[in-house]
Amino acid sequence: MNLDRRTFLKLASLGLLAFAAKPAIDLLSHPEIARALGIESSAPGRLAMAVDLKACTAEAGCRECVLACHSVHNVPDIGTRKEEVKWIWEATYDQAFTGQEIQYAPLKDASVLLLCNHCDNPPCVRVCPTQATWRRDDGIVMMDYHRCIGCRYCMAACPYGSRSFNWRDPVPYIKDINLNYPSRTKGVVEKCNFCEERLALGQQPACVEACKTGALTFGELQPGTDIQRVLSQNFALTRKAELGTRPQVYYIV
Amino acid sequence: MFDKGKVLGGLAIFLCLASFPLWYIAAQGKAAYPPDPVIYPGSDQCIESAEYMRKYHMQMLEKWRDQAVRQGDRVYTASDNKTYDISLTGTCLKCHPNKAEFCDRCHTYNGIAPNCYNCHNIPPQPQEVLRGTK
Repeated sequence: MNLDRRTFLKLASLGLLAFAAKPAIDLLSHPEIARALGIESSAPGRLAMAVDLKACTAEAGCRECVLACHSVHNVPDIGTRKEEVKWIWEATYDQAFTGQEIQYAPLKDASVLLLCNHCDNPPCVRVCPTQATWRRDDGIVMMDYHRCIGCRYCMAACPYGSRSFNWRDPVPYIKDINLNYPSRTKGVVEKCNFCEERLALGQQPACVEACKTGALTFGELQPGTDIQRVLSQNFALTRKAELGTRPQVYYIV
Repeated sequence: MFDKGKVLGGLAIFLCLASFPLWYIAAQGKAAYPPDPVIYPGSDQCIESAEYMRKYHMQMLEKWRDQAVRQGDRVYTASDNKTYDISLTGTCLKCHPNKAEFCDRCHTYNGIAPNCYNCHNIPPQPQEVLRGTK
């Protein structure tokens, strides 16, 4: 065989490229990377919640869902804003939908129910140095308090303020302790867990169960479920969609 | 030898003090007390054998923690194929509600401070426990 220098170099570099292609394709098709790049959409069967704002604000001053959640999960009431611990709370329309403020929107004066969005592409998970927070296959962004070292990177990363830090032992600030659910300790971050412990028992989340007006719909995103039906029949917003976190709490406006 | 009396006297005092534990036990007639955890009456069988639990309950609890929280699997299958809920407050403390007299006895004796109970709830402690009865 007679090869000149030029042909040899061409063939050799093509060969090298072939070796490099396989790892590159493997890397890019890794589910985490695909999610981060936004190539992959949310998997069927993941859990999501829809908040019907009109029904939610129908009864002025109703806080049943907040009270139910906070008593089920032993969320302390510390009393100061700086040390406030919240799993589910309220904000004004403008605070909830920054960048989407419309002066004449019909629900502009509504108070909006907020909770962890259980993002498909959760920034809190990406920054956690100990994997104390991670995204389950069903979409729940979970917290493992055993592993949390209290660095609060996740709080800085979360664009929704869904995470709270325990600056002190919360136990003395819990009014009626629910013995069936642990409390937290000083130095860990906590947040809504989509009632993962209740789902395991086949129950609906505490907030959904407590809602008197049927404003909250919860379930798996797949054909035939209530949540899919509600979302396909109504126009819904998500919070700060432009950040690419793909939040899974939908607001029907 | 200079200061013979002082040196020998000092040595004698030192030996007395150093051997204090030995002759104190000889005088008392019993050794240091072993920890004495109280089994709460009403349940006669733990999820595994008593020897196994004594030796390995800490590893088991660590495994339970990861299995329940990280894998979402809340069922433990014991070596006799019985299944139990993975829950410190719901399963362990249901049969051993007397944490102060059961868990703490050995932990205190061994100078161990497990941080489980910083978050996991302790049910109301029973008022009266019958010592050593089943």
